[in-house]
Amino acid sequence: MSLLAVNNVTKRFGSLVAVRDVSLKVQSGELRAIIGPNGAGKTTFFNLISGFFPPTSGTIHFDGRDVTGLTAQERVALGMARTFQITEIFPELTVFENVRIGTEVAAGFRLRPWLSRSEEIEIENRIAATLALVSLDAKAGRLVGELAHGDQRAAEIAMALALRPRLLLLDEPTAGMGDQETFDITQLIRRLHRDSNFTIVLIEHDMRVVFHLADRITVLDQGAVLAEGTPEEIAANETVQAAYLGKAA
Amino acid sequence: MSRSEGTLKLVILAAIWTALLLAPNWMPLLGGYTALGTRVLVLGLAAMSVNFLLGFTGVLSFGHAAYFGLGAYGAGFCLKFLAPSTPLSLLCGMLLGGIAGALLGALIVRRRGVYFAMVTIAFGQVFYYIAFRWSSVTGGDDGLRGFSRQPLDFGLFSIDILSNPTYFYYFVLVCFALITAVMAFILRSPFGRTMIAIRENERRARFLGIPVERHIWIAFTLSCFFMGLAGALYALTNNFADPRGLHYSQSGDFVMMAVMGGMRTFWGPLLGAAVFVVLQDYLSSITINWMSFVGMLFVAVVLLFPRGILGVFGPRAKA
Repeated sequence: MSLLAVNNVTKRFGSLVAVRDVSLKVQSGELRAIIGPNGAGKTTFFNLISGFFPPTSGTIHFDGRDVTGLTAQERVALGMARTFQITEIFPELTVFENVRIGTEVAAGFRLRPWLSRSEEIEIENRIAATLALVSLDAKAGRLVGELAHGDQRAAEIAMALALRPRLLLLDEPTAGMGDQETFDITQLIRRLHRDSNFTIVLIEHDMRVVFHLADRITVLDQGAVLAEGTPEEIAANETVQAAYLGKAA
Repeated sequence: MSRSEGTLKLVILAAIWTALLLAPNWMPLLGGYTALGTRVLVLGLAAMSVNFLLGFTGVLSFGHAAYFGLGAYGAGFCLKFLAPSTPLSLLCGMLLGGIAGALLGALIVRRRGVYFAMVTIAFGQVFYYIAFRWSSVTGGDDGLRGFSRQPLDFGLFSIDILSNPTYFYYFVLVCFALITAVMAFILRSPFGRTMIAIRENERRARFLGIPVERHIWIAFTLSCFFMGLAGALYALTNNFADPRGLHYSQSGDFVMMAVMGGMRTFWGPLLGAAVFVVLQDYLSSITINWMSFVGMLFVAVVLLFPRGILGVFGPRAKA
């Protein structure tokens, strides 16, 4: 059974159809890339999956459960975590504090007026493990707002990981990055996928990143699915080349 | 947090508590009097309650005087009609303010920014007009009179907080210490950290799985309980409950104290209240237009120290 199943989802904003009858299935352990030209509806589609707003029609199933009517925070509780195209962090808090909030929520402590000493140690260990995963352990005490862009993106991924998600949604993780930063974040995503077995859906513009990482690729164009397949199949697909890759090359 | 930042915090904390504990001794030397110190504590507690919401959850309520006023009337009703007990009157005031806040908060937590502020003003004015018009119960424009705080009876001995202003000051200080300790405790808890998360970035908070509306409602309700207690203490201070204590201009004063003192700091609102109350006391004996001067000072502080007076210490002073 697939972890994420999106069935014939459509989203209209007035007369604009941003996402048109899109279906998609992601298996557990898969890394799926969603590509497409600007305005193809990729981020809108992400917002539908993560519960930012509800679809006009269609359903979304997560782990066999219909989540179409659930709020964003209810989907987080079920194991969905996301990052945003424009980094969403707590800039005035330290890296440690940024990751701590999600860690405590995931541990079920969000309404707790205090933690026992052993719970506190458990939380600190989890934070340390998450920070080590994204190689930010040395910068735990720094304010996130003062970090370089690439480190801020890594911190945002760490905040999502702190939730111990079963599905990680990454919206353009390399947006606005230089070559070295892009390389680092690609390696990070690769580690999360290969070594830590996270199921990941990511939107990406950088084709090198996509073909390097993805198990399967879904191409969106004008809100609809243009093609879906392995990186080799997508690279060989003439419709995709005409609509998208041809222009990029 | 750096070591020097931590040391600075301890120094500030020690200075505040030394000043508060010794206030009845040093205030007269500077031309003040003990009752003035009591007013600073009570209004400071109210400003800190407003700031619990404004500075640490990022939600601006412009109607918090309503819960302050309800606390005052709650204490007054208790002393006048229920039982002549000071502790019971504080409890009544706190419950009246807190429960009203819990009920109304549930209706308004979905609004944000200006809309939230406007709805809080509207509800606040509803309570103001009830207090103002329902003369047979509230005393109307004249306020609720005919009650006074009672000596604290401990069985073996009693403390006369009614006629001894110094004793009453220390009684208020104990209440103040308890409530601020609870506030600081909450702000350091996992729940308090979700409040900060909502203030810093509501969208991120939501996608960390925090039910933002419910958490704002809890913070709002807690702040109204604190506000109710501050109002009850105010009624005991004056032996009188005034409908103007519920008016939105009073809410504005509390917000002004918080912003002037430093709304991102825990103790800033107390400092703001001290400046406000002392200036009011001094200037109102000279001119009836005292508020103009307080207003000018407010503008100067906001322009020169956007983070408030206490905000100048450290770039990110927290609780």
